[in-house]
Amino acid sequence: MPQKTIKEFSVEYLQILDENGKVDNKLEPEISDDDLLKLYHYMVLSREADTKLIKLQRQGRLGTLPACMGQEASICAPTLAINDKDWFVGSYRELGGRLMRGESLVKTMLLYNGYEEGSYNPDSPRTLPISVVLASQLLYAVGLAYASRQRGETDTVVLAFVGDGATSEGDFHEALNFASVWKVPVVFINQNNQYAISTPRHKQMNSETIAQKAIAYDMPSIQVDGNDVLAVYKATKEAVDRARAGEGPSLIESVTYRMLMHTTADDPTRYREDAEVEGWAKKDPITRFKKYLTERKLWNASKQKKLDADIAAEIDSSVKEFEAMSDFKPDAHFDYVFAEESELIKEQRAEFLENLKGDADNG
Amino acid sequence: MAKMNMIQAINLALHREMEGDDSVLVMGEDVAVNGGVFRATEGLLEKFGDKRVIDTPLAEAGIVGTATGMAIGGLKPVTEMQFSGFSYNMFHQLEGNASRMRARSRGQFTVPLVIRMPFGGGVRALEHHSESKEVYYAHTPGIKVVIPSRPANAFALLRAAIQDPDPVIFMEPKRSYRSFKGDVADNPEPMQIGKAEIVQGGKDITVISWGAMFHDTQQVVEELQADSDISIELLDLLTISPMDAVTIAESVKKTGRCVVVQEAHRSFGPASEIIAHINDRALMYLEAPVKRVTMYDTTVPLFGRELLYLPSKGHIRKAIQETIDF
Repeated sequence: MPQKTIKEFSVEYLQILDENGKVDNKLEPEISDDDLLKLYHYMVLSREADTKLIKLQRQGRLGTLPACMGQEASICAPTLAINDKDWFVGSYRELGGRLMRGESLVKTMLLYNGYEEGSYNPDSPRTLPISVVLASQLLYAVGLAYASRQRGETDTVVLAFVGDGATSEGDFHEALNFASVWKVPVVFINQNNQYAISTPRHKQMNSETIAQKAIAYDMPSIQVDGNDVLAVYKATKEAVDRARAGEGPSLIESVTYRMLMHTTADDPTRYREDAEVEGWAKKDPITRFKKYLTERKLWNASKQKKLDADIAAEIDSSVKEFEAMSDFKPDAHFDYVFAEESELIKEQRAEFLENLKGDADNG
Repeated sequence: MAKMNMIQAINLALHREMEGDDSVLVMGEDVAVNGGVFRATEGLLEKFGDKRVIDTPLAEAGIVGTATGMAIGGLKPVTEMQFSGFSYNMFHQLEGNASRMRARSRGQFTVPLVIRMPFGGGVRALEHHSESKEVYYAHTPGIKVVIPSRPANAFALLRAAIQDPDPVIFMEPKRSYRSFKGDVADNPEPMQIGKAEIVQGGKDITVISWGAMFHDTQQVVEELQADSDISIELLDLLTISPMDAVTIAESVKKTGRCVVVQEAHRSFGPASEIIAHINDRALMYLEAPVKRVTMYDTTVPLFGRELLYLPSKGHIRKAIQETIDF
């Protein structure tokens, strides 16, 4: 009886633009100047919007919301690698990606002010709402990919985001397994931001990388520097191209860091040291990208000044529009239980509206 | 018109719907090559191919989660949970996504999904194969829960479920799969989800049941009517949620008495909900308290004691008699 190695595995790592903004020209992906600038625009917009949303929450003008700061490359670069006909399936920490898919900040604020009117994107019929049950979205991402092929769409791809903590969920593994068995066009982006609220990665798993989890499913995977926008884009683009060509799913582990709290209800100083955060600040994805663009003569101080002013104005006008909104239909939650309203829902809606009248009468 | 058992009626409904609509597909554990462990999906693979009849990996959340995506993406998946006792592994997908995608996206994304599952006792099966836990699903807004009782309504209601634009849990009383045959018309009238059926009219008491218990109940009703002059109105609930409160209340207003027979555990079961509706809508018409005949609030025992725990015809007869005599 022989005992021998029957299969060996390895995990690749990709970094193109290092922490100092130095680029490896051999690995540099082809991205048009327009796309580079678009990417930069949305990364900056995401960061400024994030900052503003948190401020509004602190002032009591918004409810609990998640913070994305530090993860802009990890979110925006994959989104640049797909088109409008592709599906975008997010979790809840993909603000920049959602803005790239045409979501307005007014909608974002509506959502985080507790109104369903903000939880869908009417301008993008292929962008799913946020999914709060961790990793559960990966399974419908796989189903969407199956449906697109079954319905004769030969080039649609599904981009699906998930965090590091969620890789412990059964749904993560079921999704990778189903996708791999069916060989459907899904690209899984794992935003490994090091923490699941307070739980660090090493308590979440004993695996050295998340990328290696795909090996069990014979699925191509790679670990990338998630704060290097070029590496994230290149890895995603290659995975998207493979998926389009019918070569099946891929997993990309994007190693990044959540610079702020999990959500505004969380205090990260309880579980991590300032020194660690400061270390990651030096790896900031936007600073690095700006250096790269400047080196390529695509960016300068006056352009930055204009962008900052434009974004400040956009955010300002969005906040004004959002705050001017009132008169929300009180019984909207009865509208979408079923396609056709059941007798019970009809009665309960009437009762609800009657009670509202009573409340008003009682002052 | 053909005589067939419930499994054949379910199989025929799947054939008809798949013939009529290319977007319908069937998926689950052992449903393709094997035709399902109960043979509900027999012959579909040969006719419709492996892209529409899918043997999936063994993972209930995987099945319902991917089917949710297929439904959002324009298909109409009919999934099979091999036994209802294993369906809890997919509960978070149903509660977290399928049931609320319409509400979450304000109608932008919808989930026309069917989840078939055999349930209930009486077939001497292993642990986890005999429960009646329809309320788990019925308590979730945004999904419908349907339980047929005969080949004809299994055929019509499964077709209605597949055509429904919302998620439907279709619970099949496996004790009734092959235990009797019934007529199924070639082109029967479509049936509507959400409607209870008055199987026979009566004026002294309303008796309500569903699923496999409906048969035992019907037999008791027939025996009682043969033995006495009690006039019984017999309701087959058919849809657990959304419940047809109007038909129930109208019947009780007429009869003033009611007995509910369920295989489910007593506490928090559908009978409790039926009684609450009667309370809301027909309390002043009652001549007697509403009685319920149920399984007990214990873990469902192994099949050695199965005939002891299932509501018996004797229990049903006693409950009706006591309610009449009150």
